[in-house]
Amino acid sequence: MNALARRRYSKSAPLLLVFALLAALTVIGVVASPSQAEVATASSDDIAAGEKLFAANCASCHGLDGQGQDGVAPSLVGVGAAAVDFQVGTGRMPMQASGPQAQAKKPQFAQEQINQLAAWVASLGAGPAVPTAEMVDPALGDAANGMQLFRTNCAMCHGSVGGGGALTQGKFAPNLWETTPTHIYEAMLVGPQSMPVFNDANITPEHKRDIIAYLKAQDDGSPGGLRLGTIGPVAEGLWGWLIALGIIIASTVWIGARSS
Amino acid sequence: MASTVGRAVGATASYVDDRTSIAGFVKFFSRKLFPDHWSFMLGEVALYSFIILLLSGVFLTAYFVPSVTPVIYEGDFVTMKGVEMSEAFASTLHTSFEVPGGLLMRQIHHWSALLFTAAIVTHMCRVFFTGAFRKPREINWLVGFTLMILSLAAGFTGYSLPDDVLSGNGLRIIDGVTRSIPIIGTYTSYWLFGGEFPGEALIPRLFTAHILLVPGLILGLIALHLFLVFLHKHTQYPGGGRTHRNVVGLPLFPVYTAKAGGFFFVVFGVVALVSAVFTINPVWNYGPYDPSPVSAGTQPDWYILFIDGGLRMMPGWIGSLPSEWVIGGYTLSWNVLVPAVIVPGIFFGFLALYPWLEAWATGDRGEKHVLDRPRNAPVRTSIGVALVTFYVILVLEGSNDIVANLFHMSLNDLTNFFRVSVFLLPILSFLVTRRICYGLQRKDRELVLHGHETGRIVRHEHGEYIEVHQPLTDQEVWLRVSFDDIAPLEIDPEYNERGVRRRGHRWSRFKQGLSSFYFEKRVSPVTPAEREEAMHSHH
Repeated sequence: MNALARRRYSKSAPLLLVFALLAALTVIGVVASPSQAEVATASSDDIAAGEKLFAANCASCHGLDGQGQDGVAPSLVGVGAAAVDFQVGTGRMPMQASGPQAQAKKPQFAQEQINQLAAWVASLGAGPAVPTAEMVDPALGDAANGMQLFRTNCAMCHGSVGGGGALTQGKFAPNLWETTPTHIYEAMLVGPQSMPVFNDANITPEHKRDIIAYLKAQDDGSPGGLRLGTIGPVAEGLWGWLIALGIIIASTVWIGARSS
Repeated sequence: MASTVGRAVGATASYVDDRTSIAGFVKFFSRKLFPDHWSFMLGEVALYSFIILLLSGVFLTAYFVPSVTPVIYEGDFVTMKGVEMSEAFASTLHTSFEVPGGLLMRQIHHWSALLFTAAIVTHMCRVFFTGAFRKPREINWLVGFTLMILSLAAGFTGYSLPDDVLSGNGLRIIDGVTRSIPIIGTYTSYWLFGGEFPGEALIPRLFTAHILLVPGLILGLIALHLFLVFLHKHTQYPGGGRTHRNVVGLPLFPVYTAKAGGFFFVVFGVVALVSAVFTINPVWNYGPYDPSPVSAGTQPDWYILFIDGGLRMMPGWIGSLPSEWVIGGYTLSWNVLVPAVIVPGIFFGFLALYPWLEAWATGDRGEKHVLDRPRNAPVRTSIGVALVTFYVILVLEGSNDIVANLFHMSLNDLTNFFRVSVFLLPILSFLVTRRICYGLQRKDRELVLHGHETGRIVRHEHGEYIEVHQPLTDQEVWLRVSFDDIAPLEIDPEYNERGVRRRGHRWSRFKQGLSSFYFEKRVSPVTPAEREEAMHSHH
């Protein structure tokens, strides 16, 4: 071994090389791991974690095996990941109290836990999956077509622009403006509570996206000013009496009081 | 400068007067006296909102196309792009989004329509509760009543013009109501719509009614209404020196010209403000008319809500008796006929004829130019409150889904509650109001007899404590004692002394019954003798 080679070759080199390799692997691992987790929707780990979450939080009503109990809670076999993502993701499940219908509230689980629960429930039987981001992107939908579909299929309960409305016996169709596109899509797919199922034969996935585009177009507000809840002429009448006639009568009292 | 203007005005005035002799009229009108009270301006609000309606309506007529010819929307509104619609709807969208100021004008027009009807109803309540409909003003009450009905017609025809889903649903209900009338219903519906609903004739017909027929009638009747006000002179509230034979007030010019002229701009300003801030009738949300969709929150404008409420309230079955009968192949829809035709018919008929009903009860033939304080006509006031209660329950039932949703209540329970309370609450409110009126009248008597409590306690030398009362001023006394003390009618016996039955006895007995319903129980005003005695008896 000549001098040059000796100088280049160090005894610690293999050790450094191993460290460098390890560091590189760690960096790759850290960078790549989130996307890997997203892609792997239903790893066996997720299912196992979901089963534990289910047993701790849902099984008291739905049963340990998710078969439900008569008169208490429905069976979850075959409802699919979409139903779990909707019900738990909007905070409707776990239900806070019995009532005419489960109310939306702050979600009780992180999205990762919801995914694990969904994975376990989906493993019980085949059912609709959570839609991809592209399937629910309002920018890709046709809002005008969505308007026509919405008023034919949805407006009789949710109102003409999704402001919500009453159903029988204290049940109601909620306001849809705060609902995420994914949850709107899932609701159509699985038909939670009083809502009918709009499967892909009723309303195709593209048409579902059009409806989402129509609802998201409402975020722009009304060209006419404040919307008064967009619940129609009742609010307008109340406002006409209270605000318009109210201010005018107040001014008649003022004008009348000047003279006497 | 001032003298130049003055000379110009003077010269113009005499030029006009030389050719028309109008100075006499101007003098007559400008010296006309009007009593002052804020509640006398409610009718003015209605008049001014009608003027705003005419002004904004002329603007809208320039852009509206009364036609149901289908077109494809090519405008900018994103949720309507490429949608097929009638020209009427397309031109409404065009007015809203492309015509400068168009949307503001539409909103001004619609808000002032709501204000117009609301002001008429408020004005009518003022006239009712103060007894301003009594002789000689019964005919003017009828004119005003007709104006109220016409305002509903004007509102409804205008609401239906844009040919949107919401108003189309309303028209379908009107079609159903028309058809529920036995025998002539179906024919009338065919005649109105020019064939089967919705047809192509309706929008042009509604347009003619809305911009020509109804406003023309309203304008004519307003002229008659105001002419009769001039003829009868304005009523006044009771007070010192005010009698049925005089008018105490200020002249039309300059005081009321300034007040009324300024008030027009207050009304216009409020309407413009509300229209600039709040959306009304967003037809772009409802979409072009199509007979199939009906959205949640489908209601008429507030002034038709009571009919909707009646329809929503009416049960399809009463026990085991269906409210829809099939007689020899023909359907008799009591479930539509009763709430939408018969009940409103009785309600409005009662309102229209009320002045005569009360005149029978009082038997008073004198002219009444001093108004009643509502407490001094307890039964009339209570009837009015009962009618308002009835009406409000129907309006609330017409809004039942909104109310249920807003307050998280059961729609079914709410409807059942209204079904019962529409009968009970008017009676209850009648009794409670009458009780309150008697109470207020007794309080007035107490005040007149004993004066105001001062809170000053005085101990006499012999140890007695008394509270010092301060006697009322003459004005205060006048207000509290100058009302008619009407006794129930006395009628002649059925048979006269010769044993012959009097003609028209049954009618007299009816009037007597009515009269005792009104005046059997009453609180009489304090007489001067009573007051004298009270003043001397103690303190």
